[in-house]
Amino acid sequence: MNSKASILIVDDETVVRDSLGKWFEEEGYFVETATSAKDALFRLPSQHWDLALVDIKMPGMDGLDLQRKIHEVDSEIIIIIMTGYASVETAVRALKEGAYDYIAKPFDPDDLAHVVRKALEHRKVKEENVRLRQNLEQAQAVELIGQSRPMQKVLESIRTVAPTDTTVLIHGESGTGKELVARGIHNLSPRRFMPLVTIHCGALTETLLESELFGHERGAFTGAQYRKKGKFEIAEGGTVFLDEIADISLKTQTDLLRVLQEKEITRVGGNQVIPVDFRAVAATNKELSGLVKEGTFRADLFYRLDVFGIEVPPLRERKEDIPLLVDHFIRKYARAMSKRFESLSRPALDVLMNYSWPGNVRELENAIERAMVIGREPEIQPADFPLQFTATPNPEAGVTLEDVERGHILRVLESCDWNQTRAAKVLQIDRVTLYNKIKKYGFKKAFSEAS
Amino acid sequence: MRILNLVPVGRVDRAQLTVLAGGLASHLGVACSIHPDGFDPGFAYNPLRGQYHSTEILKGLVRDTPAESWRVLGVTEHDLYIPILTFVFGEAQLEARGALVSLHRLRQEFYGLPADPQLLAQRLLKESIHELGHTLGLRHCADYLCAMSPSHAVERIDIKLAEFCPACVGAMAVL
Repeated sequence: MNSKASILIVDDETVVRDSLGKWFEEEGYFVETATSAKDALFRLPSQHWDLALVDIKMPGMDGLDLQRKIHEVDSEIIIIIMTGYASVETAVRALKEGAYDYIAKPFDPDDLAHVVRKALEHRKVKEENVRLRQNLEQAQAVELIGQSRPMQKVLESIRTVAPTDTTVLIHGESGTGKELVARGIHNLSPRRFMPLVTIHCGALTETLLESELFGHERGAFTGAQYRKKGKFEIAEGGTVFLDEIADISLKTQTDLLRVLQEKEITRVGGNQVIPVDFRAVAATNKELSGLVKEGTFRADLFYRLDVFGIEVPPLRERKEDIPLLVDHFIRKYARAMSKRFESLSRPALDVLMNYSWPGNVRELENAIERAMVIGREPEIQPADFPLQFTATPNPEAGVTLEDVERGHILRVLESCDWNQTRAAKVLQIDRVTLYNKIKKYGFKKAFSEAS
Repeated sequence: MRILNLVPVGRVDRAQLTVLAGGLASHLGVACSIHPDGFDPGFAYNPLRGQYHSTEILKGLVRDTPAESWRVLGVTEHDLYIPILTFVFGEAQLEARGALVSLHRLRQEFYGLPADPQLLAQRLLKESIHELGHTLGLRHCADYLCAMSPSHAVERIDIKLAEFCPACVGAMAVL
C-alpha cells in the first residue's frame, strides 16, 4: 500500500468524513478531513496533498467551485468529486472543469479503492514524466563541460538570458563550443519544445543564403522548381541560430535586419508578407565591432544582435577543464567505438595541459578520438597524440625525423591490424605513399608479430 | 491472560462460533470465550438500506464488554454498512478493543452459489484475523497473501492466508 500518499476529504457531513477518513487510514494513506470548502482551502498549504475527495454539494462554496480554487493553488492535486446521486450532467460538469473522476455515494468499496489507486498512479506517472523531462533538459543543457570560472560565467549567462526572448550574440574562437551555447539557451528557454534551426551563414552563397533564410516561391530563380519554406518559417515558435554571422553580405544583412525588427519575411520571388515568431541567437569568431568600423558589417544590425553578449573562452584560458573534457570524450568515444578505454596516463595528461590548443575543444576532441583509434586500451599514452603536442624546446639529441616517422607509422599500422587503407586514413596520407613508406622502412607484418 | 470475547450479534450458529474460536486460538494464540447471550443490533438497523450500521454496533459492543477483556469480536449474520460505502465485510477500531465481522457476504449463497460450510469457516477466520489486526494497529498490507491485504471482494479473501506476513508481524512487535 502506498503509505505516503496524502488524501484530503472535504464533506460537510460528519459521518462521511469519519467513515471515509477511517477507511483510508486503514488502507494506509495519510488522511485529513475538512468540513467545508473554506476549511479545505485553509488546510491546503499545510502540506503536500496528492488527492482531494470533494463533495459536490456543500453549503457556501460548492465542490465544483472548490475544485477550481484548489487548482488555482496547486494544479497538480488530483480531485475526485463525490456526488449524492449519479447524474450525467454533474459528472460531465465536474470532468469538464478538471476533476479526474467522479464517484456516486454510497461507494462500492472495491470501486473506491480502484478509483483512488488509479488516480494516484496517474499522478505518479505525471510526476515521473516531469522529472524525466527535466533530467533530459538538464542533460541536454549541460553539454557544455567545465567547472572553471570563465566557463561558470558562460553557464550563468546562459541561465540568465535563456528564459527571456532577448537576442544573443555569442563570440568565441573557432572550436570553443558556440553552437553548444546556442543549444543551451534554446533548451532552457520556453521555446524548447519548438525547433532550433541552425544556419551556417559562411557556408552559403548570397542567393542560396537568402533562399535558405527566407524561402522562395516557385520559379524565383533557375532551379527553383518548388515553393520552399525558409529557416525562419521552419523555426516558427522556436530559435534561429545564425552561425558565422560576420560572413554574410551587406545585402543579406539588410534583409536580416528587417526580419529581426519586423518579425516578418517575404519569400524570394514572392510578394506575400509572412509573420514569423522566433528568437535569434547569432555567433561569430570575428570582432563584429571591428568589422563595423571597417564598413563591412552594418552597425544597426550589430546593435540589434548584440543585445546580450556571451564570450566563450578559448581552451587555453580554462585549462583546468581539460581533465573533465577528456573524461567526457573518452566515455563518449569508448561507447561509440565499443572500446574499453577508461582514462589517460598522467604523462599523457601533462602533454595535453602543456599544449596551447589553437583549435580549442574541437581540437581536443579530435585528439582524443584519434588517440583512441591508435592507442591501446585501457589508457591513452603520450605517444598516441600527434607530434606537435609533445614538441619541446629542447628535442632529444640523436633522434632523426626519419626515426620518428618510422616509429609512428609502425604504431599506427599495428593499431589498425595492418589494414593499410585504415592506417593511411589515420595518418592522413594516401595509400600509395603509405605503401612506399612500408617498403622504404622494410616493415613486414610477420616482423612485427615476431617482435 | 489475553481473553478474546466472541459475541454473537443477533442470531448466530453456535457451532460456527466454536470453529472460529478454535481457529483464532491456534492462529493468534489467544483464548476465546463465547458470550452466552449475545448482542441485539436492532437499534442499528437502517430500513432504507435494509442493512445494519456497523460503526454503531461496534460502539455498543465495546460499551457492553467488561473492561478487563483483551479484545471483543462481534460476529453477525446481518449485512453491514458504513454510510459512505455500499457494504462492509467487517469493521474494527484502529488500535483499540472492538472488531465486528459479518457472515452475510461471506456465504456462497449470497452470490447464487451452493453453500460451502468449509469455505465459509475459512473466510470468517481470515476476516476475523484481518479486523483483529486493525485493533492491533495494523493497516492494510501490499502483500496479497497477508491477512492484512485489503479485501473489498470475496475473491480477495479466498486468495489470502489466515496469517500475517513477516512485515506485519514485525510492525505488531513495535506497536
